[in-house]
Amino acid sequence: MEQSRIRIALTGKPNAGKSSLFNHLTGLNQKIGNFPGVTVDKRIGFCQLDNNTQAEIIDLPGIYSLYPRTLDEKIVTEIFSDQKNNLYPDKVVLIADATNLKNCLLLLTQLIDLRIPTIVALNMMDLAAKSGLSIDVKKLSKSLGLPVVMINARKGHGLFELKQLMAEPQEASTISVYQIDTEMAEVIAVVKKHFNLATDYEAYHFLQQTDNLVFLSEDDRSYLKGVAKEHHFFPHKYQGAETVMRYGFIQQLLNTAIVKPSTNDWKRVSHGIDRVLTHKVGGYIIFFAVLFLIFQAIFAWAQIPMDFIDSSFAQLSNVLARELPEGPFFELVSQGIVPGIGGIVIFIPQIAILFAFIATLEESGYMARVVFLMDKVMRKFGLNGKSVVPLMSGWACAIPAIMATRTIDNWKERLITIFVTPFMSCSARLPVFTILVALIIPDVKLLGFFNFQGLVLMGLYLLGFLAAILSAWAMKFIIKTTERSFLMMELPTYRMPKWSNVGYTIVEKTKAFVFEAGRVILAISIILWVLASYGPVDEMNAAKKVVQEEALALNLSEAQIQNRIASYKLEHSYAGKLGKSIEPIIRPLGFDWKIGIALVTSFAAREVFVGTIATIYSIGSAEDQPTIKQRLRSEINPETGGLRYTPAVGMSLLIFYTFAMQCMSTLAIVKRETKGWKWPMIQLAYMTGLAYISAFIVFQIMS
Amino acid sequence: MSKNVAEMLPGETAVIAGFTDEQTGLKLLEMGLLPGTAIRFNFTAPFGDPICVSVSDVDLSLRLEEATTITIIN
Repeated sequence: MEQSRIRIALTGKPNAGKSSLFNHLTGLNQKIGNFPGVTVDKRIGFCQLDNNTQAEIIDLPGIYSLYPRTLDEKIVTEIFSDQKNNLYPDKVVLIADATNLKNCLLLLTQLIDLRIPTIVALNMMDLAAKSGLSIDVKKLSKSLGLPVVMINARKGHGLFELKQLMAEPQEASTISVYQIDTEMAEVIAVVKKHFNLATDYEAYHFLQQTDNLVFLSEDDRSYLKGVAKEHHFFPHKYQGAETVMRYGFIQQLLNTAIVKPSTNDWKRVSHGIDRVLTHKVGGYIIFFAVLFLIFQAIFAWAQIPMDFIDSSFAQLSNVLARELPEGPFFELVSQGIVPGIGGIVIFIPQIAILFAFIATLEESGYMARVVFLMDKVMRKFGLNGKSVVPLMSGWACAIPAIMATRTIDNWKERLITIFVTPFMSCSARLPVFTILVALIIPDVKLLGFFNFQGLVLMGLYLLGFLAAILSAWAMKFIIKTTERSFLMMELPTYRMPKWSNVGYTIVEKTKAFVFEAGRVILAISIILWVLASYGPVDEMNAAKKVVQEEALALNLSEAQIQNRIASYKLEHSYAGKLGKSIEPIIRPLGFDWKIGIALVTSFAAREVFVGTIATIYSIGSAEDQPTIKQRLRSEINPETGGLRYTPAVGMSLLIFYTFAMQCMSTLAIVKRETKGWKWPMIQLAYMTGLAYISAFIVFQIMS
Repeated sequence: MSKNVAEMLPGETAVIAGFTDEQTGLKLLEMGLLPGTAIRFNFTAPFGDPICVSVSDVDLSLRLEEATTITIIN
């Protein structure tokens, strides 16, 4: 039988249960992309509605009305007000929170006026029942001229009926909620005719939101602004009147459709929890306890799968190197590509664990309270309460963190958050920190209790955080804006998180990391492998001869010879030459050309530092951490005759890695999110500059 | 001078009279803060800002500067 395909958009206000419904309808059959031209996640999934209808379901960002506040919300306005948009839906499912119908119906009345066929899904019927609320669904449906269905998106109840309704052909409602004022009737008619629009309300939106609708051309915009001025169209005044009129309609509707209003008793528990979680002192203690738990999870628990991934990839690389025939291509596979992929996969445990926490906190409603608690403090530093989530995510990886800034509606606050997030010590810094801390800090206990190395590590994280906060504070004075910042936000009722939603978020964020960051890391690691494996032919060819001559004199074993050849080759490769050429610049920081090579190779991704150091000091593999430490410890500085890795050099390196940008993928994401090279370049210059100066000061003071 | 939401005390209730700032007012209207609706001041964040209010069964957080633009009668 012929399959027909329809496009259905899911919409509704935030916290109405949209993602639960989307996940229920589509399962894992979903993909995340970008809306064309803008960097807003587009979630699309497929659902078989009945035997012969398949639906393509678009999950749109949560929104209160067609007047958008954030970047995310703009996309919704755009899709609904442009019938030529190739995402314009055949039908819309509006998810409404039954316990709070009033706020949910505002958007619905706007969709009605746009004549978009809509199904109303009354969600959270379980809570509605608990609150004693009773709704006359038939009456509601009749008054709206639309099908209304009751569902419980968390448990998946009522979805059969909903799917049936989705598959049926449906006409738009014929009622008109918003009556165009006679004052503007003329200009509406003019615009409607000019753009050949179907409804008055569309024309009204063209006039209201001329600058928000990106599908309009420059000519269209100046035309609209011209007629608006000519006919004295006052957007703000009309918008206020429109909202009041819509709520008037909604109130009347609810007066007849709600048989028995809810009591607030069911929220008593939630209010009780709020008294504890937003308490003057207790609130912060709990928040910091949660942060501590997250830290513990990222460092301790993630270590087990990370070690496993690490050794698996190292083995794979070794096996391939042994089994594959010789030749540059196979070397690229075994030494460039496989370790490159390993370098991406190894971060998955930390990222997955972090987002498991963040998603749980968001699902439960606690994250909104964190925003509430932190807003005042964050604003002092030019940030927003909503910057907390990106900053926390920054501990795992700056890439999903920067993507999480899209919920901040104020551009200045969002930009500052993007700018300072890479200062938060991400998981890629950890391997560098671990080895250097172990090298220069004695493994002793302070006061018989605190591990000295652990304290230093914590201090480095704190330092990164301080750099983020203080840079934000400085930027507050530099960037000028006239745009106002708002917080107005619903504090949702506390609920048990829905674990499958948490699972979907983990998958989504991990995918974002693997594909966004992974692409860049892989590409750069291949380029760097080439740079580090090739150099002027005669010098590279000489490697074997030179080392073998040395070997005769020193009586070296076969493995030692191989390691020395690798080291010699790296020294004479293009990357080696680059490292040597920057030596004069990094000498004031206490670094020599060997460290220089590691700085060059870790420019794309910090963690590469460890591997490079292992190669350059002729240690077979980076897995062998004790050997690396021992080797570094015995390295002699030829100029002083003393140790190469003095505490001063080690600290200087640690400080450098705390501040330096050293991550190509982050730069690529920042470029995408800020729509240009300006901000990533400033960020690169600023972070590298700060790293250089701080490392310089530390080295000069300590040595 | 009429009273505004920022001057309310925790636990106090009032009726929204209007808005003194057009841009903020438009957003508040959309969240369901209509003139004539009852508003309850629940509690403040630890540093006194932002605040939490309830309007028609919904708990909202507002910054003090936003709350100041809502005039009330009680």
